[in-house]
Amino acid sequence: MIQKPESCRAQHHLHFSSLILNFFPFSSWWSHVEMGPPDPILGVTEAFKRDTNSKKMNLGVGAYRDDNGKPYVLNCVRKAEAMIASKKMDKEYLPIAGLADFTRASAELALGENSEAFKSGRYVTVQGISGTGSLRIGANFLQRFFKFSRDVYLPKPSWGNHTPIFRDAGLQLQAYRYYDPKTCSLDFTGAMEDISKIPEKSIILLHACAHNPTGVDPRQEQWKELASVVKKRNLLVYFDMAYQGFASGDINRDAWAVRHFIEQGIDVVLSQSYAKNMGLYGERAGAFTVICRDAEEAKRVESQLKILIRPMYSNPPINGARIASLILNTPDLRKEWLVEVKSMADRIISMRTQLVSNLKKEGSSHNWQHITDQIGMFCFTGLKPEQVERLTKEFSIYMTKDGRISVAGVASSNVGYLAHAIHQVTK
Amino acid sequence: GSSFRADMLLSAHGESRATPTFCSWWSHVEMGPPDPILGVTEAFKRDTNSKKMNLGVGAYRDDNGKPYVLNCVRKAEAMIASKKMDKEYLPIAGLADFTRASAELALGENSEAFKSGRYVTVQGISGTGSLRIGANFLQRFFKFSRDVYLPKPSWGNHTPIFRDAGLQLQAYRYYDPKTCSLDFTGAMEDISKIPEKSIILLHACAHNPTGVDPRQEQWKELASVVKKRNLLVYFDMAYQGFASGDINRDAWAVRHFIEQGIDVVLSQSYAKNMGLYGERAGAFTVICRDAEEAKRVESQLKILIRPMYSNPPINGARIASLILNTPDLRKEWLVEVKSMADRIISMRTQLVSNLKKEGSSHNWQHITDQIGMFCFTGLKPEQVERLTKEFSIYMTKDGRISVAGVASSNVGYLAHAIHQVTK
Repeated sequence: MIQKPESCRAQHHLHFSSLILNFFPFSSWWSHVEMGPPDPILGVTEAFKRDTNSKKMNLGVGAYRDDNGKPYVLNCVRKAEAMIASKKMDKEYLPIAGLADFTRASAELALGENSEAFKSGRYVTVQGISGTGSLRIGANFLQRFFKFSRDVYLPKPSWGNHTPIFRDAGLQLQAYRYYDPKTCSLDFTGAMEDISKIPEKSIILLHACAHNPTGVDPRQEQWKELASVVKKRNLLVYFDMAYQGFASGDINRDAWAVRHFIEQGIDVVLSQSYAKNMGLYGERAGAFTVICRDAEEAKRVESQLKILIRPMYSNPPINGARIASLILNTPDLRKEWLVEVKSMADRIISMRTQLVSNLKKEGSSHNWQHITDQIGMFCFTGLKPEQVERLTKEFSIYMTKDGRISVAGVASSNVGYLAHAIHQVTK
Repeated sequence: GSSFRADMLLSAHGESRATPTFCSWWSHVEMGPPDPILGVTEAFKRDTNSKKMNLGVGAYRDDNGKPYVLNCVRKAEAMIASKKMDKEYLPIAGLADFTRASAELALGENSEAFKSGRYVTVQGISGTGSLRIGANFLQRFFKFSRDVYLPKPSWGNHTPIFRDAGLQLQAYRYYDPKTCSLDFTGAMEDISKIPEKSIILLHACAHNPTGVDPRQEQWKELASVVKKRNLLVYFDMAYQGFASGDINRDAWAVRHFIEQGIDVVLSQSYAKNMGLYGERAGAFTVICRDAEEAKRVESQLKILIRPMYSNPPINGARIASLILNTPDLRKEWLVEVKSMADRIISMRTQLVSNLKKEGSSHNWQHITDQIGMFCFTGLKPEQVERLTKEFSIYMTKDGRISVAGVASSNVGYLAHAIHQVTK
């Protein structure tokens, strides 16, 4: 290939090489396509991989690690896989809406088996490509059928990918106050003030549990007030539940807000993910649910969801849904799963506790209570960008610039090193 | 009306369920039309006739009418299980060993475009997902036109894929119902009038739904006219290996176009040729000017994919990658895909000979001329209806049958029934 100098790359110049290789009047369809910005999280992992320091820590990773820092495939998942293999199951297409045993079990897991909405069948749940895919199905559905507003209100901050999900679906993004950087906890007053001013019939997104990236969740009394104000403002509530069971270790406790809202007559839409709570990450198991007025409406909504999904990818992947379905629907596997998800949550909580006690041992005078107050995989440390940079350069500890760490990346063997390093950059 | 009754119910039971200000967000959402293909299978399931045949199914069946999981797939699965592989996220663009092998499979290992690296291939959710990535990419970055030209007819799902992505649909003549074969003159006429820098979609092999493919000399002329009209060519290749039994032969058109300097975009599926259907293994490729451009295009594809579903499913890609990259498995795969294609071809041959034996005077040559899973029989809607009602033989109203649904044990029955409704 002839190397072309920069000056010759304009799309309407005729290149010598293009005359040889092809006969277009212009060199390429894609000359004008610019290099996009690199993914912020991926950049962290790339730099981590290049680092040769044996003490290096990757705290950017949004995936659970065991106490040896290794990926963890759950025992109940291995058992489910063995069952699938032994049955020599075929690979036929799923229905457009996904594996029925999976979607039904997903709805029951989120809503609770005693839920009136579940028992009456006034819901539709479709299988989605993990949490992101389920969010996007919902976003596309809202763009097509929610005619009251184009505005989606996200908490400040929210998961970075929420913004392009809704924007690419054709909706607009707004925000309400949520995280208070001064206290590293919930700005409840600010949230209530902002939400009470959201125009009626707008869409509001709430993280059901284990808020990403802050780890800051409302307490139950606060959830009750939030339910009250969104009802008063007549908002469409979109719950993103990516950590059910993984946050507190208790699937019912983590779903409390979702269930409370529905009991209050708020007909929510909901996205679920099994990436973290079942460790199914790359298998892409998730679900999108619409709570409807009745079962008849649910059938109409389902028909339209299928019409949306068919030109997206026709039908969803079988493997993750089969595994999750076997686990949820086989009593022994389900019991085992609940124990394993609790142990993952407990290890995270234990790392938080050890980090705080190690910081005290280091002699830090700061208040690190937010580390144990926050919940889930992530922790907003409160570290400033320059402190984060020092952690990376001087200690080979990698995290995102906003000071967010993945507690899943902390182990007994390095929590002391982490505490020492944090103390060095904050004392 | 019903909303009044709903209000009454809500107010009567207000204490058990707090009521929103109005009945529901979704009161206005109408029931959508049922999927045409699914309706065929639903009716088939309800039929109690022991001789019933489902010729709507777009999935391969063995000679006993059963779904067929390839041996090489089972071996790949066993390898994955024995390695106790984890389930970590793939990169946004998918499994690198899979995407590289996909590009090589489509382009050929000796392809200049492949060897120079002037391509980007991303993993997609089988054929549909790969088509949609491409459609979204074109909507965002192909500023020369909003028009996508489809052959008449094309796969039904092409239209909503491009429409939902924000593009517009046009058509060029393709199938000639009078001859049940290619309307080559009509196609060339229409394509020569397509406005420059429009997008044209071509089925690389085993056209769906007609089974009618251009011959190589005709492909050469098609390449010539799309170059002359300066069109962006979008190839949909869902049946490589499955059409003729030969992966290189089935990819001939794609490779010829690229050799002629036509920088195509391409969607691939492993649903049929590896029987991976529900595992959703596929890929989308952009042929670029050079490797530097390919990097820019890749970065933008990732920015599109991340808010669609973040990263693709691991299982199908791992299986396909092992097969493509492990010499013994790849050899075994090529034998198995040829045997699937051969069984289809054999059913076509037997159907025609059985129709002759029945005494049919019609020309059924198109059944053996056509290629791939589907066959456009030329049957009219009223004849299709008689086949269903009188013989419990199910197919889509356009007279399309899935030859994969035909077996040695029922090809005679099918011929008999077709003869009855056409004599």
